[in-house]
Amino acid sequence: MADASPLTFKQSAARALADAKLQRALLNVKRGFIVKRATAKAKLPEFDQLREEARALKDHTLLDLDLYLEAYERKVVESGGHVHFAPSAADARDIVLEICREAGARLVTKGKSMVSEEIGLNAHLEAAGIEVAETDLGEHIIQIRGEAPSHIIAPVIHLNKEEIAEDFVRAHRGLPQDRSLSAVPDLVAEARAVLREKFLSAEVGITGANLLIAETGSSVIVTNEGNGDLTETLPATHIIIASIEKIVPTLEDACTVLRLLARSGTGQEITTYTTFATGPARPGDPDGPRAYHVVLLDNGRSEMLAGDFRAMLRCIRCGACLNHCPVYGTIGGHAYGSLYPGPMGAVLTPALYGIDHARDLPNASSFCGRCEEVCPMAIPLPAMMRKWRERDFERGDPPLRQRLALRLWAFAAKRPRLYHALGRAIAPMLVRLAGDRGRFSALPFAGAWTDTRDLPAPEGETFQALYKKRSGEK
Amino acid sequence: MIATDQARALVLSRIRAALGITTKDRTREAAVEERLRRHPRGTIPARARARHEALIDLMTAMLTSQGAEVTRAATPEDAVRVIADDLGAHDLPSVLRMGSDPVLGALPWDAVPALQRRTGRAEARDRAALSRAVTAAAETGTLFLVSGNDNPTTLAFLPESHFILVRAGDVVGSYEEAFDHLRALYGEGGLPRSVNLISGPSRTADIEQTIVRGAHGPKRLHVVILG
Repeated sequence: MADASPLTFKQSAARALADAKLQRALLNVKRGFIVKRATAKAKLPEFDQLREEARALKDHTLLDLDLYLEAYERKVVESGGHVHFAPSAADARDIVLEICREAGARLVTKGKSMVSEEIGLNAHLEAAGIEVAETDLGEHIIQIRGEAPSHIIAPVIHLNKEEIAEDFVRAHRGLPQDRSLSAVPDLVAEARAVLREKFLSAEVGITGANLLIAETGSSVIVTNEGNGDLTETLPATHIIIASIEKIVPTLEDACTVLRLLARSGTGQEITTYTTFATGPARPGDPDGPRAYHVVLLDNGRSEMLAGDFRAMLRCIRCGACLNHCPVYGTIGGHAYGSLYPGPMGAVLTPALYGIDHARDLPNASSFCGRCEEVCPMAIPLPAMMRKWRERDFERGDPPLRQRLALRLWAFAAKRPRLYHALGRAIAPMLVRLAGDRGRFSALPFAGAWTDTRDLPAPEGETFQALYKKRSGEK
Repeated sequence: MIATDQARALVLSRIRAALGITTKDRTREAAVEERLRRHPRGTIPARARARHEALIDLMTAMLTSQGAEVTRAATPEDAVRVIADDLGAHDLPSVLRMGSDPVLGALPWDAVPALQRRTGRAEARDRAALSRAVTAAAETGTLFLVSGNDNPTTLAFLPESHFILVRAGDVVGSYEEAFDHLRALYGEGGLPRSVNLISGPSRTADIEQTIVRGAHGPKRLHVVILG
């Protein structure tokens, strides 16, 4: 359940570590995604070359983003659709609500969209008396639990099937209480039946977009369930909500990105459905929406274009950095306390909401570098997390003790002779203090470390001294 | 609520400010127009550049591994029989929903008189539907369906059983070749309302990473390659 009072990152991480159910569920990240991605990548020898091309094409697009957005807009209008620019999350919510009102919406179905989570769309529509039905299986479960997704492509990776069965019994009214929901297919079948009714009666369907294509004015969604397609095909009005950096120039560019997206995320060669939607139904079409709206969200992204975090706008939200992150794999997504978790969230969240709201995130990393290695867009995530740490430090936000300690260290580190002299003096002292065990189980000012593990003592000499000695031996 | 024009101008001006663009620059515009007009290709995987028969084999293997059934039909009669037999084997009524696609319409349906065909978009109660893919990319076993009266989009998502017929000659290696095929049919710079790339039956792995087929779309996909 959603927390009433926000915890610090340290508190929620500790709680996640002690949560046996969560720890069991998180094993699925390691068992599933990591192996599947490696297999899919191995089957495509051109993967690294495509990664380089995708990085270059996104960089190119971002440098001409204004022009590509204008070209895209022209094509959408040409195909009979409408484009709405939304500078802020509040603007986007208002625009979507207005379109829903004009469409006379009582029920809205939704495909999975992180941008809609980012702007808090559901609560806004519900406050206006509109029923919102999430139709992606994971998102449906999240919705009936009143939670946020814990992963950008696998919203309920933090749950086990028994917990979901309890939610279904509670939320799906009018079904026999003693029905069997013990197997995963039972749960899928029940969600299918419940949501089918929603698909057939909604007045408006809202989806996100994985890509927007300037050449044709198309929006692209990738799904496996088919819920996104039912959402954009059946209701009379289709609203796409997408952030401005989703744009690529051409269909060929979309092909390059699509070859990387599913392989990096779920480890599939391609998702079951990849749908290019261009405008409303054409004259004579027997199905498809009569109205087609695109809401283009900025919400802090244009600012990212200017500075150190532009490369983050290459992100295609595949989730590979979450799947391969040792911190994410240990605590799950909710402990981060931000909608976008894991390495990509640690960089994006402070950019979107300000570092004040996300100070712990760039520190929630072991800096092992796996995220950058598996990123299909080669985003330098560790370097950008470091950049956030620097900014945080420059603002003087970290605790005084931490800043003083770092200053002291920096003072010595900038003076090699002093540094070595101190090292030579301190190392033997530590050896003596540690005694026969060679480890410390408690140290002043280092309780956070020694509470949970020992600190090994030096072996006797400093690294520099050993290095000199051994080079001399050769 | 923010005025539409004002919002548009604000977002575009923020982008230009962030990129350090102060004046209208014809060279930038020309470069963008050129890229959109030429739409250059990136790297195409070697597996998509095989002989045609090898591509059909690859197509079949990919679709099968993604949970679809695939049957090669040598003749139009065979194609019709494959569909009728499938319905029978799965205890489905001998009723098929389909659009007005001329290629499908020209199949020798008389070969199986018991099979009823209903024309139009799919309705909630339809159990089985047939669509034609205008092209297919063998590299991942991906069928390209386009919306319209010939093959309404709902056929591919509402019924539990979906058949897709593709002519062997329409199978190409890569996505790029498939899009070129669409450009030849529908012109440059535009697409039909919906282009649906389908690579298997509907599935989900949201719960415990367990793959279950038939999430919201068809539980079964049977692809018939004709010729």
